[in-house]
Parts: sequence; C-alpha cells; structure tokens
Amino acid sequence: MMKLERGSALASALDFFIYDTVKIFALLATIVFLIALVRSFFPPERTKRALEKVPAFLGNVLAALLGIVTPFCSCSAVPLFIGFVEAGIPLGVTFSFLVSSPMVNEVALVMLWGLFGWKIALLYIASGLVVAMASGAGIGALRLESYVEDYVYKVRSGDVADIRMTAKDRLLYARDYVGEILGKVWPYVLVGIAIGGFMHGYAPAAFLAKYAGAGAWYAVPLAVAVGVPLYSNAAGVIPIVSVLMEKGMAMGTSLAFMMAVTALSLPEAIILRKVLKPRLLATYFGVVAIGIMLTGYLFNAIIG
Amino acid sequence: MKVQILGGGCAKCRTLEANAKAAVVELGIDAEVEEIKDFAAIAAMGVMSTPALALDGEVKSSGRVLTKDQVKALIQGGE
Repeated sequence: MMKLERGSALASALDFFIYDTVKIFALLATIVFLIALVRSFFPPERTKRALEKVPAFLGNVLAALLGIVTPFCSCSAVPLFIGFVEAGIPLGVTFSFLVSSPMVNEVALVMLWGLFGWKIALLYIASGLVVAMASGAGIGALRLESYVEDYVYKVRSGDVADIRMTAKDRLLYARDYVGEILGKVWPYVLVGIAIGGFMHGYAPAAFLAKYAGAGAWYAVPLAVAVGVPLYSNAAGVIPIVSVLMEKGMAMGTSLAFMMAVTALSLPEAIILRKVLKPRLLATYFGVVAIGIMLTGYLFNAIIG
Repeated sequence: MKVQILGGGCAKCRTLEANAKAAVVELGIDAEVEEIKDFAAIAAMGVMSTPALALDGEVKSSGRVLTKDQVKALIQGGE
C-alpha cells in the first residue's frame, strides 16, 4: 500500500487528505452537535447543585467528569468560580472542574480520533481526567482557602431557576454551537489533516519507528514549560503536536505538551487573578503542571 | 424596562449587547440597556456563565449569545 516512489506517495498523500478532510469535518459536525445537545442539559447552575451535596473526594471525580460536559468559555471562569465557592463547593472540587473543562475538549478528541485512532483519543480523555482529579484533590488537601480573594466569600447569590429550554431551543443552540466551533477551527483542522496526509504518504515506516523513541528525561518538563505560557484552542495545537511527533517526540511528551497548552495559559492566569491571590494562583499552576508532567512520564513509560 | 447584559467584556458580550440594543430599537419600547461587568455583581445574580441577559432584574438567558430576534421574543414573551 505504501510505495516510496514520488508519484504514488504524492497520490496517496492527496488521497488521504481529501478522504480525511471529509471524514473529519463530518465527524466534527456530528459529534460537536451531539455534545452540544448533551451540554444543553448541563448548564453550570445545575452542575453547581449536583456538586453541592457530594463528599469531597467523590466531588473531585464528579467535577472532573462534569467539566467535560458543561460548556465552558474562559470569560465565564470568574463568575463560575465565585458561584461554586459561594455554594459551598470545596475548593479542590472547583479546581478539578476548572482543569478538566478547557482541557478535555470535543474538537481535540475528534481530531485525535480521526488522525491517530481511538486509542489515542481515549488516552487523551483518560489523562485529562486523571490530571483534573488529582490536581483538584491535591489543591484541596493543601487547604489554601484563605488564598481566594476575600470578596468572593462575601458574595451572596440566590439560585437562578433553571432556564427552560424546549427541544427546539436545544436544537438551535446545538446548531449555533457547531457553526461557532467550525467557524473558529476549520483552518487548524485543515492544517492538521494536511500534516497527517504528508506523514502518511511520505514517511509511514519512519513515523512508527520514531513513535517508539522516548527521548531524554528532560523532554517532558521542557514540553510542559514551553506549553504553559502558550495558549491555543485544543484544535489548533494538534497540527503542532503532529509535527512534533513526526520529528520523534514520544507520545507521552506530546500529550503533556498538548495538555499544558490547553489547560494552563497566560490569559487564563490573568483572568483567574481576579479571584485567586498570587500564592493560590501559583500553586494551581504548579500542581497542574506537575500533574501533567507525571502523566507525560507515565505514558512514555507505558507506550514509548 | 431595564435590559442588562452581564459579562466580562469579551467579544460575545459585545455581540449580545449590540443585538439587545437592536431588538429594543426595533420593538420601539422605552428600555435602558446597560452592561454589568463587575463579577461580584454578576455572581450575586446567580449567573455562572456569561454572557447573560436579564430583563428588569430577572435573568432570562445565560451562557448564550442571543440573536436580535431571540431577544425580541424574550422581551415580548414577558409582557
């Protein structure tokens, strides 16, 4: 199937590109639509109520899982944080939610699935959840409640009644959401597929051999250090990850880089500074960064 | 009628504000459109995802950028 003559390599790359572009956009539209429908049932107000009644460690697990299905926009991070804290949800649980929400992202999932297979996609979800749960639990254990900005504890809010959405409302919402997401990510998706196509047509065997390379011990921390200040939506980072992997970066290191870029960023730090005092903000970043590094090492060990 | 847009000032809040203003103009009603950016105030109203829209102090939508027509429907639905 993979001949190395120029002509057929180009043909097979092009073939992959066209086939995969259609496949991935179709997958994206369908899955994002379905996920948006599911998300219309999980507004943050409901998540807050679900988490209020649950004991601490179970809370971390639930929060991390709910983070995946609750729609999240980084501009909402502050009111959401205030809402959770004010409802009495433990700080650690709130953080589990804050970590999993941006990191476990349906667009990235679809792209990973389409480009690298379902095992990698599953790995991504699993590692995201583990980092979210563990860092939330870790921060909770450090008892840093006094490092939340004081005004947050003074806010008293009533419960907003769940806003009714009819079935038609939900379909419209899901459709708008698909339009919004595709509108934002299509250039990244195309680039990501183009790179994948290039790899498939020109260097399939070499790619697999490099795949197994684990790299120096400092590769993982370096990847995280570079990834933290960067920000990209999860789809945008996949082309970069593809290139890195093609150059020989191990799976765990690549995953760590991807998680660092999406979960932690300078813009997010600036936003969270409104509710977290510097020490807690630094601890949050530190704990999540360490969690991501450990996950990176773990997957390098298992796979690489 | 008091129309409030709750949000931190990102692009989505801008769009919602513009749509709300257009809706008010089209309906020809006497309404004041104001933006609430203070997070403590937003949280005090129980809103956790922005942008949100409140009519006369009651939160009618949160986390979505409503179109001008959707805002009109909400204003008319309430009266």
